[in-house]
Amino acid sequence: MRAIVTVIGKDRVGIIANVCSLLAKNGVNVLDISQTVMQEYFTMIMLVENPSEGIVFDELSRLLSDAGREQGLSIRIQREDIFNAMHRI
Amino acid sequence: MINKGEILQTIEMIDQQHLDIRTITMGISLRDCAHPDVEQCCQKIYDKITSCASKLVETGEQIEREFGIPIVNKRISITPMAHIAGSCETEDYVPFAVTMDRAARAVGVNFIGGFSALVHKGFTDGDLKLIRAIPEALSSTERVCSSANVATTRAGINMNAVAEMGRIIKKTAALTADAGGIGCAKLVVFANAVEDNPFMAGAFHGEGEAECVINVGVSGPGVVYHALQACKGLPFDEVAETIKKTAFRITRMGQLVAQEASKRLGVPFGVVDLSLAPTPEIGDSVADILEEMGLESVGTHGTTAALALLNDAVKKGGVMASSHVGGLSGAFIPVSEDAGMIRAAENGFLTLEKLEAMTCVCSVGLDMIAIPGDTSAETISAIIADEAAIGVVNNKTTAVRLVPVPGKGVSGRVDFGGLLGSAPIMPVHPCSSAEFIARGGRIPAPLSSLKN
Repeated sequence: MRAIVTVIGKDRVGIIANVCSLLAKNGVNVLDISQTVMQEYFTMIMLVENPSEGIVFDELSRLLSDAGREQGLSIRIQREDIFNAMHRI
Repeated sequence: MINKGEILQTIEMIDQQHLDIRTITMGISLRDCAHPDVEQCCQKIYDKITSCASKLVETGEQIEREFGIPIVNKRISITPMAHIAGSCETEDYVPFAVTMDRAARAVGVNFIGGFSALVHKGFTDGDLKLIRAIPEALSSTERVCSSANVATTRAGINMNAVAEMGRIIKKTAALTADAGGIGCAKLVVFANAVEDNPFMAGAFHGEGEAECVINVGVSGPGVVYHALQACKGLPFDEVAETIKKTAFRITRMGQLVAQEASKRLGVPFGVVDLSLAPTPEIGDSVADILEEMGLESVGTHGTTAALALLNDAVKKGGVMASSHVGGLSGAFIPVSEDAGMIRAAENGFLTLEKLEAMTCVCSVGLDMIAIPGDTSAETISAIIADEAAIGVVNNKTTAVRLVPVPGKGVSGRVDFGGLLGSAPIMPVHPCSSAEFIARGGRIPAPLSSLKN
């Protein structure tokens, strides 16, 4: 299943490394990644793929938001379908 | 890949502009639950509802988490109860409402609609028993919603039913007086009721519907309001285009959720209802959209035109985004559930008369309006008759959900809590309509009903 991970928050060292290692540890593959820093605010968007036999979506979602909370960031994962539905005909 | 701007736009809509799926409503037919014995009938009803909807809430929550979109309510609508209860040898229909309440509680839904009767042309014995049970049914249950259809364009207006509903509303208010007459907030009187409406309190699962279906109601006044802020001072063509584009996006999300819920529950998808449904939260108001178009306050001259444009543009934008559009599909203007409407009513800028005019161009009707507790049953009936006439002549759904707040007059206000919100008490016309209502009978269907 493909999903979009978004990370929003105040910029600091190691955000990408932390998120990527969490994803890697759980067997989630990163397909695309883009990030910007605007007025110290960090925004990262990743397209990831979770194999069907991989980690349960709910569990991954919980791990990411817990990790976000620890670092003072908002980290969320949403299935890609919602963005396709809203923005593509 | 979807571009970054689009992803952030979606997240902003959900986080800051209150974009949500207002409701996933499972419609369940109870026609196979008819039985002459009350207890057995109730047991069959309970079993059918709890088995069909056992996974409804869990599935809704799962979709919420995976897509990151809030689904505010999971609800159930059932076959109008008068049709089922009519098979029973009993005079008392309250146990059916209690059974609905129990089933709703068991599966974890906050409202169950369908304690209803369709009496636009006349009453069956079962319809009458059901209608007379409404006050007690609503005061002795927590989650049951009730409705009556008293008029259609085809049949005209059943004025006997209109008169009866005035009395029922008064009685319901009296029995729930300790909570501001809240029972009336769960009671809708319709003209041209629709069979697949997912929104409470007027939802029921119509006769032409399948065994079990999933209908979805979207929302998003805050998103439309936000989009219009980019249109300051621009002509209405631009305003309409902007609303259409926004409605398209909102509805696509509704369609996605509806399809996903239908697939996971193994229940066919019915319709997406394209309604802009406000909540009392700041920034989730239909009134704010109208004011953003350039009105100092909702209720002033121009309000009806603004609402007509909004209603039409929402439908035009939404209709292409969904494979099946249905339900009520229009902007809602419930006074107590919309922070902007409450503000305007409190300032005296929004009157019952203006609201009535507004209902000519939008869905649904005089909705969630608190009126003085001493308003007579005949006056309430006359308000229902006016609203039904608008629906019947214009071939549209109209509804009345009035709360005559016991013990309170025009300067008071009432707080229902939660999504039902709070409202100042609005004055009604002081002159009597009693003789008009006392006539009874049926107002014939208009010429426009003869289409064949």
